[in-house]
Amino acid sequence: MTQSIVVQVGQCGNQVGCRFWDLALREHAHVNKKGIYDEALSSFFRNVDTRRSDGGAAQITGGKISTLKARAVLVDMEEGVVNEILQGPLREVFDSTQLITDVSGSGNNWAVGHWTYGSTYREQIVEQVRRAAEHCDCLQCFFLIHSMGGGTGSGLGTYVLKLLEEEFPEVYRIVTSVYPSAEDDVITSPYNSILAMRELTEHADCVLPVENQSLVDIVNKIRHMSQSGKGGSVIKKDSTVISSKGGVSGVEKPFDAMNNIVANLLLNITSSARFEGSLNMDMNEITMNLVPFPRLHYLVPSLTPLYTLADVNIPTRRLDQMFSDAFSKDHQLIRADPKHSLYLACALMVRGNVQVSDLRRNIERLRPTLPFVSWNQEGWKTGLCSVPPVGHTHALLALANNTCVRPTFSELRERFSKLYRKKAHLHHYLQVEGMEQACFSEALSSLSSLIEEYSQLDATKGACMPDAPRLSIAT
Amino acid sequence: MSVVTVQLGQCGNQVGQEFFSVLCNDSNNAKDKLYKDCGHERFFREGPSQDLTARAILIDMEPKVICQTIAKAAKSGKWRYGDNAHFCQKRGSGNNWANGFSVHGPKHKEVVQDLVRKEVEQCDRLSGILTMMSLAGGTGSGMGTYITQCLRDMYPHTSILNHVTWPYNTGEVIVQNYNSVLTLSHLYQFSDAILVHENDTVHKICAQLMNIKHISFNDVNKVITHHLGSVLQPVYTASSSRYSRNPIGEFMSSLVNHPEYKLLSLQNIPQMSSTSLAYSVFNWPGLLKHLRQMLIANARMEEGIDWTVRAPSVSRSDRGRPTRELGFNRSLANLLILRGKDVASAEIGGFKDPALYVPWLPVESAFSSWSSAVPFNGYEKSATLVSNSQSLLGPLNSMVGKAWNMFASRAYIHQYMKFGISEEDFLDSFTVLEQVISSYSQL
Repeated sequence: MTQSIVVQVGQCGNQVGCRFWDLALREHAHVNKKGIYDEALSSFFRNVDTRRSDGGAAQITGGKISTLKARAVLVDMEEGVVNEILQGPLREVFDSTQLITDVSGSGNNWAVGHWTYGSTYREQIVEQVRRAAEHCDCLQCFFLIHSMGGGTGSGLGTYVLKLLEEEFPEVYRIVTSVYPSAEDDVITSPYNSILAMRELTEHADCVLPVENQSLVDIVNKIRHMSQSGKGGSVIKKDSTVISSKGGVSGVEKPFDAMNNIVANLLLNITSSARFEGSLNMDMNEITMNLVPFPRLHYLVPSLTPLYTLADVNIPTRRLDQMFSDAFSKDHQLIRADPKHSLYLACALMVRGNVQVSDLRRNIERLRPTLPFVSWNQEGWKTGLCSVPPVGHTHALLALANNTCVRPTFSELRERFSKLYRKKAHLHHYLQVEGMEQACFSEALSSLSSLIEEYSQLDATKGACMPDAPRLSIAT
Repeated sequence: MSVVTVQLGQCGNQVGQEFFSVLCNDSNNAKDKLYKDCGHERFFREGPSQDLTARAILIDMEPKVICQTIAKAAKSGKWRYGDNAHFCQKRGSGNNWANGFSVHGPKHKEVVQDLVRKEVEQCDRLSGILTMMSLAGGTGSGMGTYITQCLRDMYPHTSILNHVTWPYNTGEVIVQNYNSVLTLSHLYQFSDAILVHENDTVHKICAQLMNIKHISFNDVNKVITHHLGSVLQPVYTASSSRYSRNPIGEFMSSLVNHPEYKLLSLQNIPQMSSTSLAYSVFNWPGLLKHLRQMLIANARMEEGIDWTVRAPSVSRSDRGRPTRELGFNRSLANLLILRGKDVASAEIGGFKDPALYVPWLPVESAFSSWSSAVPFNGYEKSATLVSNSQSLLGPLNSMVGKAWNMFASRAYIHQYMKFGISEEDFLDSFTVLEQVISSYSQL
């Protein structure tokens, strides 16, 4: 069993991270009735005996749970969010040493986050990550959570990404990036996003892009369903993908609903690595199967079901509906329509009481409706995990490496260009030590060539590609 | 004479566990004491209190499956795995053949060799080694290939039978075609024979013959191990009065008569759910007629057989190019195994027809027949046909084609290069398999 470390950077990163830890505890409490510190728990938590003066290394798996500490490093350049966590019900889960904070924030300036704070806090961050890594038997993966539009998450977050690659090259880096919507109130968010994109393309193993607007839409959809409450279709309250019910935290804060979705994404993606199943799917299998070319590692996530109806009779139709929904544009976590773009690869991670025949039936059913690239016509990676998420009997996470990210990136580039043409706010960036005009142009060209790669693949869509001529053997 | 089984990867271990389960139950239920003892001795070690320990080694690069497998066996109460018969790591192979073959294999070579040696030492006489793995993943396929090579070096005179699970056509793993091509091409160099089960075929059997509504991997594994058990359980191979003492060796000499032809497939009849079985009666002529046509028409199960396909008519003097009949599946060698009531009365002449075989081999060396009067695994009468024929040509060709298409775009190649497999290595593998395809096509 391997361990993963979560590195949460910036306000968004930490708020999402907070929800993640809460829901992770809830999920494990649901499954782990005997209070034994098992392998599944150890993937994200240490078991610590706080009575011991050294903070305890009571990490023997199989023993009773003493105090659980998250394998996490929390970074923020202003104290508000992290302090809230420390005063909230999750305070026991974090050691004060795992937190790295400053006071004044990054002012929504990528350059400040990346260069100023990056160099200032580099050693501290490396030290904390190293400590967390030392507590791991076999560290497989870093989960970096941040937003793209701000200063800390975006700038310092990507600095940390580079740092992780340098210090721990063997460990996978899976980044969950929250992209700003077009109506974002941070004016410089396009700059921050494009500057960060370059780092993601070059240093991440894979990126799970998430758009705020999609999260808002999903939240609204669920709220609408639960309020319209038609007879017989009442939603089980703690079963929605936005619910915090059953977790440690009591009061629900704004953005909690949206952040819970992202937290659930992370729980689902690691479920097969933590729990048993008839067809396991580990993190390294995800990076292997879904990344055909090193730079094209942006995987569009979609989660189903969004809620469970209280109606207990769940016919097979509902199961098939779950698969269909995974490909509908309402369930994607970015505003894109993968069905109308080109699939390079697709992974289906199923949780709960679902058998291989259900999986096969649905793949066969959906396959003709989905355009796949010519050299990967059957490009499916599947996983079956027996343990469903809390409140559901089954669930599905789909990760698509699909050219539908191209319009999203193009739009981002548009917004960037609008500002850059006028050199608006540039001086705030250029006056930061370490930052040069070249950073901007390089970031822009990196994004452009990425978009171009996706375009070229898109162009092959629908074209009937002839099979490559086979090797001929002398007979 | 004992057989040691090496289970590799998730599939290998899951199938392996079911395999020993079937063997144990079948042996225990047999009324013939000799059969029971022979079966036990072949696959299990018997402890002082008559408890059975499987002669097996479990290998995986991550721990969850092995833990589950060992627990499941122990739960049966009838047999278990040895206490130190397993080896696992933490990280898995990530579905990467190169990782399994070039990294995990060499790194853990000595530990695995040790485990095998210890298990072999506990056999009075080692009759053969059986490996179980899948083609699609990283550990079973990559590390399994490396380990097979090691075993070949360690035991140059022992027969090694590689049992492989061929993945579903519509993907379980995206890089499955790459992994399969790399595995098959390497295994071909040093394996004695490769016995194939295709997931798609077994799935159809579960759906159409066994009438299972929600097919799980457990169901699939039960069918696979039923087939395997029907081959490897005690049987009379020659007209001797004792159960064969060298089943795997004789298996090889019956089926692999030319080093260029090592791919074996298997058909078994009858197959049905246990509820239907209670009401069914079979006779040998009916069973054998169906089985023969299944061979000729390359039908994977006894439903939907195309009866219009016929063996070409050929006279022994006409040893030129064999005539090609549409849909006809030509064999190099066949092994027929009959188990159950009245086996002596079964008329097997139909399988000796020279028209079924290539003209450059005498029929006597192309066809063998084994039998046992003991009913197998609940079936009053059952027949298994293991073939070295063109039946895997279609799937192999299709798999190589898809892998080649993907290779042409160089997709995923960087993932293999990271662990030391180069484009050259890929090209070599493709060449080996194109040769195999060519050889089988020309039969």
